Amino acid sequence: MNQPELKNIASQVRRDILRQTHACASGHPGGSLGCTDFLTALFFEIMDHNPAFNMDAKNEDVFFLSNGHISPVMYSVLARSGYFPVDELNTFRNINSRLQGHPATHEGLPGIRVASGSLGQGLSVANGTALSKRLNGDDKTVFVLTGDGELQEGQIWEAAMFAAHYKLDNIITTVDWNGQQIDGPNDQVMSLGNLEGKWESFGWTVLKMDGHDFEDIINTINHAKSLRGQSKPIVILMKTDMGKGVDFMEGTHHWHGKAPNDEQLATALAQLEETLGDY
Amino acid sequence: MKTIDQYTYTEKKATRDGFGAGLHELGQKNPDVVALCADLVGSLKMNKFIDENPDRFFQVGIAEANMMGIAAGLAIGGKIPYTGTFANFSTGRVYDQIRQSIAYSHKNVKICASHAGLTLGEDGATHQILEDVGMMKMLPGMVVINPCDYNQTKAATIAIADHHGPVYLRFGRPGWPIFTDADQKFEIGKAWHMSEGSDVTLVATGHLVWICVEAAQALAKEGISVDLINIHTIKPFDEKAILESVTKTGCIVTAEEHNYLGGLGEAIAGVLARKAPTPMEIVAVNDSFGESGKPAQLLEKYGLSTNAVIKKIRRVLDRK
Repeated sequence: MNQPELKNIASQVRRDILRQTHACASGHPGGSLGCTDFLTALFFEIMDHNPAFNMDAKNEDVFFLSNGHISPVMYSVLARSGYFPVDELNTFRNINSRLQGHPATHEGLPGIRVASGSLGQGLSVANGTALSKRLNGDDKTVFVLTGDGELQEGQIWEAAMFAAHYKLDNIITTVDWNGQQIDGPNDQVMSLGNLEGKWESFGWTVLKMDGHDFEDIINTINHAKSLRGQSKPIVILMKTDMGKGVDFMEGTHHWHGKAPNDEQLATALAQLEETLGDY
Repeated sequence: MKTIDQYTYTEKKATRDGFGAGLHELGQKNPDVVALCADLVGSLKMNKFIDENPDRFFQVGIAEANMMGIAAGLAIGGKIPYTGTFANFSTGRVYDQIRQSIAYSHKNVKICASHAGLTLGEDGATHQILEDVGMMKMLPGMVVINPCDYNQTKAATIAIADHHGPVYLRFGRPGWPIFTDADQKFEIGKAWHMSEGSDVTLVATGHLVWICVEAAQALAKEGISVDLINIHTIKPFDEKAILESVTKTGCIVTAEEHNYLGGLGEAIAGVLARKAPTPMEIVAVNDSFGESGKPAQLLEKYGLSTNAVIKKIRRVLDRK
């Protein structure tokens, strides 16, 4: 898929995010918009995955969303790639919906393999699935996305130590490095310090990319995949802007967990082309 | 069915050894079974499995939260992971990981927990968890099993591989009488009616089953007839077995190595209150932490000894 096509999809995904959060007057648009280009590239270009959905993900790439609060972007890319009907996005956060506030397997939504939202757990789960792929002789890749604030959870570093010890070079972790969390910038809430040095010292190969440049995303992940065989897990520190694509939401933690009202939605949608048809 | 005086033993072995033996046998039988341990391989008796299946064992170091997540991830990939550490570190320390990544996500993970309860002994209250059954049984979909001796623990360890879903398997440290059959069939959720009696229902789980056998044998000499039931599966709980027994006896005593809050007794009290109010006494720890000491000293001090069971039975008989 070429870059203009990916950009078109991303524009629709951003519309889906805004409309989902607006309709239920809750949810997390900021981080969702910031990770839209990455998830669009993953699901529409990079990953070898099957929307018919098999829980065990045998012989396909698998993606775990550890920072589960950005569920609107996850639900949009899943629906737009055929895991479930796009219309179902209008049930987000409603009673009796499969689209829970944070992703869950409990209601049987195709595309979700583990609940997430209580932070810090996704990398451990990715470790387990990476081990199962090794045991099964399956050479596909396990992708996992974490927030940057999420790296304040100790379990992340337990998991980082484990992946290096077991030489899990079939894991590619991406950190959504937007510098923001609920209470403000990371540097004020709890400084992450030398993030690159931290991962390196845990035995990981560290790459960086611009999370809003499709060429850079695709090239970096292809490069990461080419490093298989070096016996080191890979982390990509991905620079993103929270709220990307909507001018008044960009670069602030203000829209971390706040939905747009009617007027704000109209202003935001005017900035994003409807490319695949709204649900 | 045996009579109460037919229960006896010639050998003591720890329930954790039964777990190790069960895991070893499973390793030979089921290629999907994998095991993880957080730096307590020797304590959990996992060595034979590891020796025969080095590729199916993952040492995770002292990182229990990570272990639970890894187990969930292995289950996604179609494996049947057995995690091993002390009961304290298998539950309270990692409750949220179990809740989100395993129970809510309905992952086929077997949480195998040794050194549960007071009988851990000298290490003291930091390691003697008495709240684990309560925490685990509150999780929707979690099966909670507390076997009573080596043979039952071995059988349970093997049986849970065939149950698809999360299981909490609780066992202990000390050598303990082996009084159940070596070739028993373990049925999850099915109470074991050990001996027939008419005066009082006595229901026990885990190490307290043997203590209740001793209590029932002592009372039999005075002509008190005990209907003895082993509840090895605390959830799902065999209500029918309890209700049938109390219909016959009209009173009940329960016994467990756990805080009375959140344990077996409370579960049974709830059923009886709704369906068949019956005079009842509970042998359990009275909402306290443990302390260092020998297992027998601790059971005595915290009211879980044979004499304590006998005392509660006399009390409930008076209330009939």
